[in-house]
Amino acid sequence: METLLGIKGPDFVMLAADTTHAHSVIVMKEDENKIHKVADNLLISTVGESGDTEQFTEFIAKNIALYKMRNGYDLSPRSAAHFTRKNLAESLRSRTRYQVFMFVAGYDPNEGPELTFIDYLASSKSLNYAGHGYGSMFCASIFDRYWHPNITQEEAYDVLKKCVLEIQKRLIVNLKNFSVAVVDKNGVRHLDQISAKSLVDYNAAA
Amino acid sequence: MSILAYNGGCVVAMRGKDCVAIATDHRFGVQAQTISTDFKKVFHIAPRMFLGLTGLQTDILTVRDRLMFRKNIYETKENREMAPKPFSAMLSSFLYEHRFGPYFIEPVVAGLDPKTMKPFICNMDLIGCPNEPDDFVVAGTCAEQLYGMCETLWRPDLEPDQLFEVIAQSMVNAFDRDAMSGWGATVFIIEKDKITERSLKTRMD
Repeated sequence: METLLGIKGPDFVMLAADTTHAHSVIVMKEDENKIHKVADNLLISTVGESGDTEQFTEFIAKNIALYKMRNGYDLSPRSAAHFTRKNLAESLRSRTRYQVFMFVAGYDPNEGPELTFIDYLASSKSLNYAGHGYGSMFCASIFDRYWHPNITQEEAYDVLKKCVLEIQKRLIVNLKNFSVAVVDKNGVRHLDQISAKSLVDYNAAA
Repeated sequence: MSILAYNGGCVVAMRGKDCVAIATDHRFGVQAQTISTDFKKVFHIAPRMFLGLTGLQTDILTVRDRLMFRKNIYETKENREMAPKPFSAMLSSFLYEHRFGPYFIEPVVAGLDPKTMKPFICNMDLIGCPNEPDDFVVAGTCAEQLYGMCETLWRPDLEPDQLFEVIAQSMVNAFDRDAMSGWGATVFIIEKDKITERSLKTRMD
């Protein structure tokens, strides 16, 4: 039901996540943040079984913080994604597995931007753009059409607007608001939320 | 649908005259949806040896990592390069260790013996039953199509450039009849003094 989106540019990664928390047919809250700041240059967005999402993301975040305390430097986004995948893969073959879908997004001055797609089976792939959840089905073609290797942050934000517009037009589930965050050489920033209200006079064709 | 066909993909390896070839497609999907078109399922694990893994992507990554670890331990202890034959034996026993909770992969090994330079190809099922034929091995969601193509195109003692043509045509014409595989391919030709990597552009539908 919930949706995550991610776009990688030449020097940044932008993530979007809906802010709905639903339990069965009831919407419990409309302002849940699903994009977690894990380190100065690392974001993790998570959806899936509620509870698992919080528990697993916090477990990963605290271990990455511990790594920094022990070594004096941060884990690179690539290593963070590998660590996350390994823990998820080990939990997959245990009696209690985490059912989470996530993006590990980060910027490293040496390795550049990194967007890693990880699903509940711990399948993992570094990508330029991707989505998780039902909403992502409407976004694949939008990303294919509008993404290019030199995409700017403004263009990426605009692509996310197009995606949200399409989700709100076509998906039967009501996903009102999407929070957006970007990670680049200056660290992590939250951008304005994309909502039905903010899209009232948005022209996707322009 | 089988869990082995959840992510899609295929690998094929062939023996030639003093050379071997191994090829992989580029698709990574989740059932019918394509997520990525640059996922290569063949890994360079020793100077003249490649490992191809098809099946569940999560297990492809896990098995590749855990096998590299075991191979590195072997090479550190023995202080010599691991040959394809003992590597395949190690892979087989590794998979059988998980007999009643297997990794959902079908591996293919291709390489030249570091001492004798004899070509070696091998494939296995998901619990490690090995098969070492002297023509070709196939794995993946279009294994049947690959068998058909390889059976008609392959002949003994192919030279490296002929072998490339045979494996490339087998691969492309097999996975074009399969929705779960394709989106480009990469072919590796392993000879005693060089390795050639070629990318194939193919249909994207």
